[in-house]
Amino acid sequence: MTRTEKTAHTADAPGPGAEGLDAHLVVDRGAFRLDVALTAAPGDVVALLGPNGAGKTTALRALAGLVPLDGGHLRLDGALLDRTPPESRPVGVVFQDYLLFPHLSALDNVAFGPRCRGAGKAEARARASELLDRMGLADHAGARPRRLSGGQAQRVALARALATRPRLLLLDEPLAALDARTRLDVRAQLRRHLAAFEAVAVLVTHDPLDAMVLADRLVVVEDGRVVQEGTPGDVARRPRTDYIAHLVGLNLYQGRADGHTVHVGAGPVITTTEDLTGPVFVAFPPGAVTLHRERPTASSARNLWRCEIAGLETHGDQIRADLTGELSLTADLTTPAAAELGLQPGVAVWATVKAAQTHAYPA
Amino acid sequence: MAGTRAGRPRRGPIRAGAGRGVPWPLLVPALLGLAFLVLPLIALLVRTPWHHLTEQLSSTEVWQALQLSLLCATAATALSLVIGVPLAWLLARVEFPGRGLVRALVTLPLVLPPVVGGVALLMALGRNGVIGQWLDSWFGITLPFTTAGVILAEAFVAMPFLVISVEGTLRAADPRYEEAATTLGASRFTAFRRVTLPLIAPGIAAGAVLAWARALGEFGATITFAGNFPGRTQTMPLAVYLALQSDPEAAIALSLVLLTVSIAVLAGLRDRWTTAS
Repeated sequence: MTRTEKTAHTADAPGPGAEGLDAHLVVDRGAFRLDVALTAAPGDVVALLGPNGAGKTTALRALAGLVPLDGGHLRLDGALLDRTPPESRPVGVVFQDYLLFPHLSALDNVAFGPRCRGAGKAEARARASELLDRMGLADHAGARPRRLSGGQAQRVALARALATRPRLLLLDEPLAALDARTRLDVRAQLRRHLAAFEAVAVLVTHDPLDAMVLADRLVVVEDGRVVQEGTPGDVARRPRTDYIAHLVGLNLYQGRADGHTVHVGAGPVITTTEDLTGPVFVAFPPGAVTLHRERPTASSARNLWRCEIAGLETHGDQIRADLTGELSLTADLTTPAAAELGLQPGVAVWATVKAAQTHAYPA
Repeated sequence: MAGTRAGRPRRGPIRAGAGRGVPWPLLVPALLGLAFLVLPLIALLVRTPWHHLTEQLSSTEVWQALQLSLLCATAATALSLVIGVPLAWLLARVEFPGRGLVRALVTLPLVLPPVVGGVALLMALGRNGVIGQWLDSWFGITLPFTTAGVILAEAFVAMPFLVISVEGTLRAADPRYEEAATTLGASRFTAFRRVTLPLIAPGIAAGAVLAWARALGEFGATITFAGNFPGRTQTMPLAVYLALQSDPEAAIALSLVLLTVSIAVLAGLRDRWTTAS
């Protein structure tokens, strides 16, 4: 509900002087170059999603001022921050492994920021204890970080970052340090806190689920550049790179459409229901693929390719088959079906997909 | 690596864990080495004049020397802390051209014969020294052959121990804590004072104890730069050396006191290490 409102809000990017974040981050590291444009309005939660080494964390560090910009600009609520040192930026950071100061209690960790920004001891502690209260950590205010559980430490780190009332909140892989069980709870809590946060939040993650649950908008970064951005639903439905297609579990092809036919390179053809012309993407889920040992004669599927099994692995309660041949694709099938077909690596098969189960969209 | 090593057939009688089968070409020198380190100390205890130890130690000169030693070693350690910890921070955290050379210069007093250090201090801070002549003519400050001179000589020799120890601790400490502090609004100095310093406190303490022990035993630089005046610059090691020529029993008694202090320091260090882990 609020998601659509927020997205509509984001559509017109804030220009100079406007509220929110307007950044173009360029960081040159010899072989690696980060060049990412990022805009967000107050209240937005933006996720930088990408594989390891894509430059997400560098982008975050550049926003925090821990890495100098080699080009571009950084404006927050209209103020230019390019040359502002980190200690003077209205930015809060939740680090990947939290980096809570081990010699200070949870309360003093949270009070650290306000103290550094000029608040008196009593005032800083009052603010810290109010924040810990809000995080449900009142009972742990006096605890040293090493006595806190992963989930508690994460909330203390969030409280510490929020204590300076930042206009930009940065979270680096906020859930990566947690085990699977706590992750679920903490993710839900974090979502609530982020929804309540009135300024811009940018989080970095390589986990598509975290990104989709926590953020209103995804910015997919690969090799230092933005390859796709949009709402989580949009990105999941219409992936534009193999990385995202793989993350959301889709077979993805880029080709040229001519009506209902899409030519993938010089070789195979995919028949779709959409009527398009020009460069397009075609995606279909592995579950839409049916495999046959003999060339099917009675199949109503419009797409038929000759393939070979390259590999098999269990995937949940199903078997996922990697196929090469006319078209490289992955197919999901039930264990009995796989046994019945006698699937082995190297076995030749026919793969069919109904046109209605493919999805084509302009590239 | 472990795999290839495990795959190779075992040769020789060394077995991990088992006490048997230690080869004699290693065992014999090892025991010799142990004896070499321990026997002199035992000899010292054997020859100690236990029956009139108290009268040996109750002379005012001994007390003067002991007090002066403790005072100067502590002052030298304090001086090393004030200027050595920031130096260690600079070496560990700031990239600057010639950092390797600076580090080598800092460690030089570790390997330099202390007497040479004493001569060098005289050349720098002596009454006619490069800096000393100005100290003398402008402020009327004379350092050689004073208690302050003892402190300087000891600090010169002992500070590298502290710097090296603290620099190692700083390198092992995660610099990202300082980054976290700066994102919370701390200046680099505040981050150092409120975050880094408490984090490396155990390393600083260990370095300070090392430096203190080294300063307590300082002989060469002290006698060269500060002389050997009872009550003013005669520390315990100097008193031991002097006593050995006239009254060997007194020398033994004094040595026993230093040995006791050393063992106490070692015990204190061990205690700190076990509680720190």
